[in-house]
Amino acid sequence: MAGSTLHDGTTPLNTAPSQTSDDAHGYYTAGEPIVDPVAPTGPIKDRWTNRKFENRLVNPANRRKLDIIIVGTGLAGGAAAATLGEAGYNVKSFCYQDSPRRAHSIAAQGGINAAKNYKEDGDSTFRLFYDTVKGGDYRSRESNVYRLAEVSANIIDQCVAQGVPFAREYGGLLDNRSFGGVQVSRTFYARGQTGQQLLIGAYQAMERQVAAGTVEQFTRHEMLELILVDGKARGIIARDMVTGEIETHLADVVVLATGGYGNVFFLSTNAMGSNVTAAWRAHRKGAYMANPCYTQIHPTCIPVSGDHQSKLTLMSESLRNDGRIWVPKKKEDCTKDPREIPEEDRDYYLERIYPSFGNLVPRDIASRAAKYMCDEGRGVGPMVGDFRRGVYLDFSDAINRLGEDAVREKYDNLFDMYERITGENPYQVPMRIYPAVHYVMGGLWVDYHLQSNIPGLFVSGEANFSDHGANRLGASALMQGLADGYFVLPNTIRDYLADGPFEKIDESHEAVVEARKNVEERIEKFLSINGTRSADSYHKELGHIMWEYCGMERTEEGLRKAIDMIRELKADFWTNLKVLGSADTLNQSLEKAGRVADFIELGELMCIDALNRRESCGGHFRGESQTDDGEALRHDDEFAYVAAWEWGGDSLEGGQPVLHKEDLIYTAIEMKQRSYK
Amino acid sequence: MNLTLKIWRQSGPNDAGGIHTYQVAGISPDMSFLEMLDVLNEQLNEKGEEPVAFDSDCREGICGTCSLMINGQAHGPEVTTTCQLHMRSFKDGDTITVEPWRAEPFSVIKDLIVDRSAFDRIIQSGGFISANTGSAPEANSVPAPRDKAMRAFNVATCIGCGACVAACPNGSASLFLGAKITHLGELPQGQPERYSRVVDMVGQHDHEGFGGCTNIGECASACPKEIPLDVISQLNKDLRTAMKNGH
Ligand SMILES: Cc1cc2nc3c(=O)[nH]c(=O)nc-3n(C[C@H](O)[C@H](O)[C@H](O)COP(=O)(O)OP(=O)(O)OC[C@H]3O[C@@H](n4cnc5c(N)ncnc54)[C@H](O)[C@@H]3O)c2cc1C
Ligand code: SF4
Ligand code: FES
Repeated sequence: MAGSTLHDGTTPLNTAPSQTSDDAHGYYTAGEPIVDPVAPTGPIKDRWTNRKFENRLVNPANRRKLDIIIVGTGLAGGAAAATLGEAGYNVKSFCYQDSPRRAHSIAAQGGINAAKNYKEDGDSTFRLFYDTVKGGDYRSRESNVYRLAEVSANIIDQCVAQGVPFAREYGGLLDNRSFGGVQVSRTFYARGQTGQQLLIGAYQAMERQVAAGTVEQFTRHEMLELILVDGKARGIIARDMVTGEIETHLADVVVLATGGYGNVFFLSTNAMGSNVTAAWRAHRKGAYMANPCYTQIHPTCIPVSGDHQSKLTLMSESLRNDGRIWVPKKKEDCTKDPREIPEEDRDYYLERIYPSFGNLVPRDIASRAAKYMCDEGRGVGPMVGDFRRGVYLDFSDAINRLGEDAVREKYDNLFDMYERITGENPYQVPMRIYPAVHYVMGGLWVDYHLQSNIPGLFVSGEANFSDHGANRLGASALMQGLADGYFVLPNTIRDYLADGPFEKIDESHEAVVEARKNVEERIEKFLSINGTRSADSYHKELGHIMWEYCGMERTEEGLRKAIDMIRELKADFWTNLKVLGSADTLNQSLEKAGRVADFIELGELMCIDALNRRESCGGHFRGESQTDDGEALRHDDEFAYVAAWEWGGDSLEGGQPVLHKEDLIYTAIEMKQRSYK
Repeated sequence: MNLTLKIWRQSGPNDAGGIHTYQVAGISPDMSFLEMLDVLNEQLNEKGEEPVAFDSDCREGICGTCSLMINGQAHGPEVTTTCQLHMRSFKDGDTITVEPWRAEPFSVIKDLIVDRSAFDRIIQSGGFISANTGSAPEANSVPAPRDKAMRAFNVATCIGCGACVAACPNGSASLFLGAKITHLGELPQGQPERYSRVVDMVGQHDHEGFGGCTNIGECASACPKEIPLDVISQLNKDLRTAMKNGH
């Protein structure tokens, strides 16, 4: 395709991929290729502007007659609810927490990117776009990413107007910093609590609309099914988690902003309740799940200390600026006090292997290297299973060089948090870190309008497969959530709603009755199995399989094994689960059972997706695809596509997912290999 | 560690509820308090007894979901959230009493879970700056003095956990309220609605049934985010100014 001209006059810079390997043969069925039906054309910088103009309008008097359901109140959902409420639509907002303010977005630490070029250091929309596509290892869609970069500056304006207390300089203007290996300063932050402050901004804007009567808020409600009428998304079935009541909510359009599914690994930095259920229920109703195997692993988390652990805590990446990472050269030193291990017996492996980037190599490289050290038997810290899962992050050089006070000033709160969790004083003993699952780049497939392949079902934020390709740069998930919520959805949903209001349906419609019945039967099933194992114990076991075989490094053999193990686990789950209590009260075991059931099915699909993609790319490292010196090797000729999977029935009954491919064609940016040596 | 737990169990809002005693063994000092309860719950599930319901989500000290009275103290003996409290703060053989937040407007839903939706309604009554999407001026067109911005940030860190209310003998939410009033009132963007905001929010606070503040200070000592007591002075000052100007 290179050299030829597309119908809009632009020239593609790459050729369409053509897959020759078929590792996942027998695990899936090939489907028709997909194209984004609303992909914009023309010069990249005009695409969104033109599209906003082309999208049809809904007159204010009609907006009141249109109902929008938004599931999720994180940055993506909260911002959308506030904005669509302001526009005058009837919005119903759902979340499983007791308050929208507690959505998982609240935990984000580092910051949010925006191409403001306040430092006059050469930043621009195009540069942010370029860095994001490159950082994603050329597996994202260029039109979407360009739009993200374009609206990023408006996000900062909006948040400041709402009272988000970003860091400021002495003159009262906004401060920003550089983050995640980029060469310009474009990250806006509110100390280590940027996500909290941005979310509170969106939450307050949304609560204002609740008071104004445009947004109705349903907290402690979990969406358990999507309602499809004549192929269109028309509502949801939700469970009131306090009373157990199964409720039907109907609307003209449904938005899923339900976050990521990193908890499929059991241990991750996600909130306990983060789950895939909403997305998975939609998938089972026909929505495509794209690139499910793309997982981001963060290198600087506090290591697992034992089997009891329920979640992992992230330590800011900024620690790698001053900390030096090492493990003992000799296995027998691993149990010694690190302070007694002399310099010549320490292996500063990142500095050794990557002399030019050293401890600052990108997330995926730092993570994998730590895992190799521990796999070799040179990990440190407590034995968990038959491994020590930790490497040292040592500040003694920095303390000698800068003095303890200077180090304290820079990292105090992080050091405190570390001490609280581990009981060790990091000023005296080197910290221990280990990689952990942090974010997922996969999610429901969406077109340029963020609409899934089901008409009327829109997906935003981490829940869509979105703009990050195979790897997400720091500070860009917050940007995407707010871009989707404040600026993209309000413009694209209105085009969809210009055809509305759609034919009224009521609760007696057969599609509604059936969706409800499915939910009730499923709940009944969970409560009646009456076996011996808790949902949590299945979740833990699934997590072990996923981490071991579909984690940082994957191989054909391992993935096949994992799929078999997951299928066995699934069969056991449905015959041996134990859920106590009843359906008509608050019942956390029941909630977990539903989520774990969906995680098990998702885990299986992730392994199949990983098995099919015989290349190493971003957060996905296939052992079979590496360079001579052990670095990730991408195969653009075969895999420069989005893998969009269609539900093909339960594997225990012989079903197979159907793979649809969307080619990634770049017209504004040329593909390059990454190198950090 | 082996521990004796005395836990409040209440099957629903209308149930009387009472303390139940459980033994847990093999607790590691590295566990968080909530992970210790996870262990108990697995144990109960195995025995066929319904697990204890309690709230948590981030388990990182930032979402404000977790909420337990531990030995009579909101979030327990350390100044932190329950999810960040670790078992090394206790000794082998200890007896620990665990109860839900107690305050009139925080009704018990089940076991250790209470309803804190009153906080959302207080925010709805005025805890925001009215700025429709798309109408915002360029961010740097309104500079904010650094010291004011710093103070706004320091109090904006409130996580809405409700420990201040649970710790207060009057069941007042003044610290929570003061934190929001101060956060928005320190910023230039927050000025136009400053006085109507305080009147409306205080009105809603009282309407929800939270008690009045008599400056005892238990709230600030229990607050995991160290919101200072002087936000309540700012609240009162803004309220007085508002009243004087007829808001
Ligand atoms: C520790 C940590 C630090 C991070 N730091 C950064 C950073 O510095 N910069 C950055 O850009 N990104 C960061 N990220 C990533 C970023 O925080 C997330 O990707 C982003 O916040 C996701 O937002 P969201 O709105 O898509 O979803 P979420 O905030 O996860 O919201 C999901 C919402 O969906 C609701 N929900 C889910 N399922 C259901 C259901 N079935 N029924 C009803 N409601 C449901 C939930 O209640 C919630 O309201 C970090 C992530 C973590 C874990
Ligand atoms: S003021 Fe402190 S104690 Fe009160 S809700 Fe906020 S963070 Fe919790
Ligand atoms: S669970 Fe989020 S603050 Fe404790």
